[in-house]
Amino acid sequence: MLPAGDKSGAGGMNKIVKKRVLIPDRVSEMTIEAPLIASKAKPGNFAVLRLTEKGERIPLTIADADPELGHILIVYLVMGKTTAFLDTLGEGDSILDLCGPLGRPTRIKKQGTVVCVGGGTGIAAMHHIAKGNFKAGNKVVSVIGARSKDLLLFKPELEKISHSVLVSTDDGSLGHKGMVTEVLEKYLQNDPEVREVIGVGPVPMMRAVARVTEPFGVRTLVSLNSIMVDGMGMCGSCRVTVDGKNLFACVEGPEFEASKVDFDELMMRLNAFKAQEQISMELFKQRKQS
Amino acid sequence: MKKKGKSKVRPRTPMSMLDPKERAKMFSEVALGYNLKEAIAEARRCLQCKKPSCIKGCPVDVDCKSFIRMVAENDLHGAFTKIKETNSLPAICGRVCPQENQCEMVCKLCPTGHPIAIGRLERFVADNYYASTSCEEETGSGVCIPIDENLKVAAIGSGPSSLTLAGFLAARGVKVSVFEALHAPGGVLVYGIPEFRLPKSVVQREIESLKNLQVDFLCNYVGGMTVSIDDLFHQGYKAVFIGVGAGLPKFMNLPGENLIGIYSANEYLTRVNLMHGYRFPEYDTPVPPGKNVVVIGGGNVAMDAARTALRLGAGNVKVVYRRTKGEMPARLEELEHALEEGVELEILCTPVSFHGDEQGVLQKVVMQRMELLEADESGRKKPVPLEGDFFELEADLVIMAVGTGSNMVLTQTTPELKLNKRGYILADAQSGETSMDMVFAGGDIVTGAATVVEAMGAGRRAAKEILRRLKA
Ligand SMILES: Cc1cc2nc3c(=O)[nH]c(=O)nc-3n(C[C@H](O)[C@H](O)[C@H](O)COP(=O)(O)OP(=O)(O)OC[C@H]3O[C@@H](n4cnc5c(N)ncnc54)[C@H](O)[C@@H]3O)c2cc1C
Ligand SMILES: Cc1cc2nc3c(=O)[nH]c(=O)nc-3n(C[C@H](O)[C@H](O)[C@H](O)COP(=O)(O)OP(=O)(O)OC[C@H]3O[C@@H](n4cnc5c(N)ncnc54)[C@H](O)[C@@H]3O)c2cc1C
Ligand code: SF4
Ligand code: FES
Repeated sequence: MLPAGDKSGAGGMNKIVKKRVLIPDRVSEMTIEAPLIASKAKPGNFAVLRLTEKGERIPLTIADADPELGHILIVYLVMGKTTAFLDTLGEGDSILDLCGPLGRPTRIKKQGTVVCVGGGTGIAAMHHIAKGNFKAGNKVVSVIGARSKDLLLFKPELEKISHSVLVSTDDGSLGHKGMVTEVLEKYLQNDPEVREVIGVGPVPMMRAVARVTEPFGVRTLVSLNSIMVDGMGMCGSCRVTVDGKNLFACVEGPEFEASKVDFDELMMRLNAFKAQEQISMELFKQRKQS
Repeated sequence: MKKKGKSKVRPRTPMSMLDPKERAKMFSEVALGYNLKEAIAEARRCLQCKKPSCIKGCPVDVDCKSFIRMVAENDLHGAFTKIKETNSLPAICGRVCPQENQCEMVCKLCPTGHPIAIGRLERFVADNYYASTSCEEETGSGVCIPIDENLKVAAIGSGPSSLTLAGFLAARGVKVSVFEALHAPGGVLVYGIPEFRLPKSVVQREIESLKNLQVDFLCNYVGGMTVSIDDLFHQGYKAVFIGVGAGLPKFMNLPGENLIGIYSANEYLTRVNLMHGYRFPEYDTPVPPGKNVVVIGGGNVAMDAARTALRLGAGNVKVVYRRTKGEMPARLEELEHALEEGVELEILCTPVSFHGDEQGVLQKVVMQRMELLEADESGRKKPVPLEGDFFELEADLVIMAVGTGSNMVLTQTTPELKLNKRGYILADAQSGETSMDMVFAGGDIVTGAATVVEAMGAGRRAAKEILRRLKA
């Protein structure tokens, strides 16, 4: 057995006060009581969670924080064992270990028009950044995409803080039929005032964002999701190549200048534990059935 | 250590070990420790010198001579109390301290080749006298000072420096809270040093004994992120000690270093020790499998990683080091244990590039032979590559154990804290005082990667200074 700390957690019991299913069996959001983290969390920060004594540590973005109520919001996509287990928890349950805020926050300053691009679950993480830009007095243009209309997250929330919300779906059920980066490209062609683009989503989307913005010469940031263990600079699992340098995404990121990122390497490294992840998930399903 | 076999001195009492073939497959502790008879026999060899040198060799001033005498007299309670007067983590020190460079090196019997096995005796006493812990054992005074809830001190990080500080202050009535960023306290003792060398139950016992002294352990608190040093003073802490270690693993910036299959020793050992990955899939955290394992480096960390890989089923494990066996920083004992278990050593070579398949999975390492130039002013022989002399090692797992640097999480969010050029905290060598008022620092975050007992020494000195200031 490991020496146990006092599990008072970071300032509370990490109780789940609200759970909202966004896409059944795939994506949900949880509001968690974590006053200390809520008081410190800034857009771009993430937290590391561990759910059981035998569990893995996984990073999730802090999608929103309410310092007054002492709440943080997380949004997760069920990918494998840990997120599937998280999905079995509900209101009143607690997160065993919750550590944060981690990572460097987004550098937000008043500068004019900022385009926030979000794909899939990345829209949730992007939401906090968009909100920060809105509060700083920037004109926020949100560009969001998903496979179909039902899978578009956070559209109403974004509408409240964005000058406009542009939408794309793969099947054309809402907005532009096609990729989110096509919408982004068109917007950049029509608005020369854009100061910054921030992209959060699957790696192929972030790579496409980098390609699209390059000819416009507009500062572009992406939030990288490399595999993490501690989330605080002690293992090097999260290392990414940016501008030829080996950087730790958890402490020097997770946001980096898009044009400098080696996306191929990131994609490759995300597959490092595929075989073991499948074993874990299979065992979890078997146990859930029996 | 020179061996003069002809002296009449009785040799050191040997300690039983698990059989190398057996133990290379499991995580049980390798060195089994003395029994009472062996311990007394060993203690009786002590000369009880008038001017003992052993005490001076110990960074935390353990009165070796006296506790050894008590062991010889079968007074284990006395011996334990004596050790605890200055050393709050004897069961750990007895296992992981490099005694051969400290107390045992300066022992009057050392020239005979048979210094008193002070480390083994310390471990024996600690393991065998641990019925309960009280202020008496912590202070050696028999007086239990009640904790003053208003006299609060915070320690950031829970490695040996902070644990020692906490023990010293709590035994003197100070309320100590230890803030740890990970989900379990202990620092390197828990996430780095493997079970087969330092069982986690031993660390647990030391932490429980601190809890008995009303030390609070608050996990998942990242100093500088969850809570800042200013926050701590606002919450009423009178002093803050920083013992966050030197946990940032270094890489070599070689081509192919980010292929799948290349890990820092910190990541590998953390997955195995802290996350219990060796029991995957019962525990969720996977450990990278390896049949042909290459460990790069020559220190204790490299030995721990190599021996761990063997236990996880590697077919062959090579430690590659750019100098020769004589220059290796690892403890001789750890190197010998590793070799007995089947770890191979490849000296005078260094990796130059890593190569993988289309999926980015590591296949082989290209190595270059080195030679040693004569020692320069620094006294260390300098390794230089031999032009054109390359060879290949087949490998599916490479573990980089080439050192660590300062972790920036706390320091970059606390700009008032002055650092040296290498990013370590500037602190007074005696008092541990930093550039911030009532903020002290010690251990690896001040010295760079060093040893458990040196971190403890720093914690103890800072604790003394803090106590002096609090009482002033
Ligand atoms: C900074 C950061 C922020 C993130 N924010 C969010 C978020 O807000 N919402 C969300 O749904 N997901 C987020 N992720 C991804 C999330 O951490 C992974 O989906 C999760 O760890 C998968 O764990 P699992 O056990 O469910 O799946 P597994 O089956 O273990 O893994 C599925 C895939 O997830 C990735 N992954 C696995 N383990 C880790 C790990 N320890 N760290 C990172 N990635 C891993 C790998 O690519 C793997 O192939 C974030 C990742 C990072 C690095
Ligand atoms: C694999 C390995 C084997 C070793 N073997 C030996 C040996 O045999 N003998 C020996 O004497 N020495 C050995 N050492 C070295 C020894 O372990 C260290 O010198 C010693 O642990 C340093 O102690 P410390 O108190 O400075 O902190 P550490 O033990 O490094 O602990 C620091 C703690 O602080 C925490 N922390 C970091 N940042 C923050 C933050 N911002 N907020 C809160 N907490 C934070 C970390 O999570 C960690 O738990 C070994 C080291 C390693 C890695
Ligand atoms: S120096 Fe060696 S022989 Fe002398 S008292 Fe110390 S342990 Fe005993
Ligand atoms: S996750 Fe360990 S260093 Fe970034």
